Amino acid sequence: MSAATTTADEIDIDIDMEARSKADGRIPLRAHMRHTGALVRRNLLWIRQDPESMFDALLMPIVFTLLFVFVFGGSIGQATGGGQDGYVQYVIPGMIAMMSMTLSQGVGTGFSQDFNSGVMDRFRSLPIGRGSVLFAKISVELIRMLFATTVLMIVAVLVGFDINHWPGLFAAVGLSTLFASSIMWVFLTLGVVLKNAQSVQAMGFLVLFPLQFGSSIFAPTQSMPGWLQAFTDYNPLSTLADAARGLMVGGPVAHDLWVTIGWSVAITAVMAPVAIHKFRTKS
Amino acid sequence: MTRIDNHPADGAEHAVSVRGLVKHYGETKALDGVDLDVREGTVLGVLGPNGAGKTTLVRILSTLLRPDSGHATVAGYDVLRQPRQLRRVIGLTGQYASVDEKLPGWENLYMIGRLLDLPRKDARARADELLERFSLTDAAKRPASTYSGGMRRRLDLAASMIGRPVVLFLDEPTTGLDPRTRNEVWAEVKRMVGDGVTVLLTTQYMEEAEQLASELAVIDRGKVVAGGAIDELKARVGGRTLRIRPADPLQLRPLARDLDDLGITGLATTAVDNASGSVLVPILSDEQLTAVTGAVIARGITISSISTELPSLDEVFLSLTGHRASAPQDDDATPADTREEVAV
Repeated sequence: MSAATTTADEIDIDIDMEARSKADGRIPLRAHMRHTGALVRRNLLWIRQDPESMFDALLMPIVFTLLFVFVFGGSIGQATGGGQDGYVQYVIPGMIAMMSMTLSQGVGTGFSQDFNSGVMDRFRSLPIGRGSVLFAKISVELIRMLFATTVLMIVAVLVGFDINHWPGLFAAVGLSTLFASSIMWVFLTLGVVLKNAQSVQAMGFLVLFPLQFGSSIFAPTQSMPGWLQAFTDYNPLSTLADAARGLMVGGPVAHDLWVTIGWSVAITAVMAPVAIHKFRTKS
Repeated sequence: MTRIDNHPADGAEHAVSVRGLVKHYGETKALDGVDLDVREGTVLGVLGPNGAGKTTLVRILSTLLRPDSGHATVAGYDVLRQPRQLRRVIGLTGQYASVDEKLPGWENLYMIGRLLDLPRKDARARADELLERFSLTDAAKRPASTYSGGMRRRLDLAASMIGRPVVLFLDEPTTGLDPRTRNEVWAEVKRMVGDGVTVLLTTQYMEEAEQLASELAVIDRGKVVAGGAIDELKARVGGRTLRIRPADPLQLRPLARDLDDLGITGLATTAVDNASGSVLVPILSDEQLTAVTGAVIARGITISSISTELPSLDEVFLSLTGHRASAPQDDDATPADTREEVAV
């Protein structure tokens, strides 16, 4: 902030030659990344301004791990064999899957707040790609998710989880990040379409709840009735949890891995264009 | 100095040119065939009541909204076909301050600099420079949510200036501000105009248009109902209005007729405001004011009040169009009825 004395003429405004040469005004990839970067910085500054907004990412992994391991863990462990210690190995990879879903929701709520203030008009009247605003939102949400995952793994180790396969752990986190980024397009669409943050949250809960509990995240599905098993088998959260489990503690992986990647690609392919279109045309 | 890439398209005659612009919201016509031009380096005031279509016009010109028909160019760029180039040459300050309230003032400006492709160093320098210019340096590090209404509006103006726009859209820049803050904002806008920026300004206040604009387009129910150089319109409206209330209401019409017959009040005619029981005389000069007052006294009638005032929006409408501003007070424009259109 030392340039208070600088006058307009002294400032050498050197526009990216690449951006300038595009006579049709198309935005080159580098400019896209610069815009997304500037918007990521904005969202990170929000966190610095309001550290409480990180509480959910900090507390959720702690509370859920303690709840499932100590409240339900004993009985489920007993039923499935292996006791509470065995259940810890089962549920922690599932938690990674759960976190990817729950935290993805935040991307939609923050978004509808932006629309209700004038700042979105400002962005939309600037020569930036409309996707930049969405990519930035997703990037910041993924950063929050990685933070929550780190907290989760620390708590996991404290309650007795064995990380015996680090590459597997990173692969599992990578997979859940991929899946989360696809789900975020769904919540972004809700954030653009719905009127306020509360409806986004309520809608998100309706989607999340059956997907999370009708899955193999918290308990094996063998004891569930047939119709429910049919649902859980196709539930991407089951395949994500099972793939993470296979990667982190061993067991069959390939099928669940490919199904999860397939879901992620399919959801992104359908919902990203929808989200960007809704964002573009929203008046 | 390398110039920022914000030059207008070649062959642009007017900074802003609008032809036959129509925008419907369901049944209601927000814009019903608007034509207007803004010459380069001038300020056009778009004057109209709430719901007249002012904000819709600005939103279409800044590519936030697509028109149903008609076309418009800004700095030579078509709003529909060249939105990306157009966005590079405009600045926009909306009715509601469009800054990020959670971010400090400096960060707001730096962010917009980066979004406009300034290198980091230049974006920093530009943020410093504009904060200084808009007297916000002391508040640079505070979140914009802690700013007063006037500071926020100044930050908003500063944000609009980052890209050195060729055309600046100001949508009711002083609505909701107290008079002192309003004067501050006016001073800033005048400085921007002094830098050669072309401005399209929407307002509900004749006083604001008079302060800032050189030309005026009066808009009602989505149509331009009068337009031209502000001095010419002022002459038609009367620069001031002398409001005379005779003690005896029966004197109202004879008084108005007599004053009209004097033929000293220039271009506009004397009107009767039955609601307040006053005669409204458009006044162009102090000499006219003296003459009219003399004539009133010469009649020897009792006057219960006499005052001069700047024309209100209503009076501007009355004088220019022969009817009162009729749009409703909410933001929806009602469909235009069969009223005759007044030639400009």
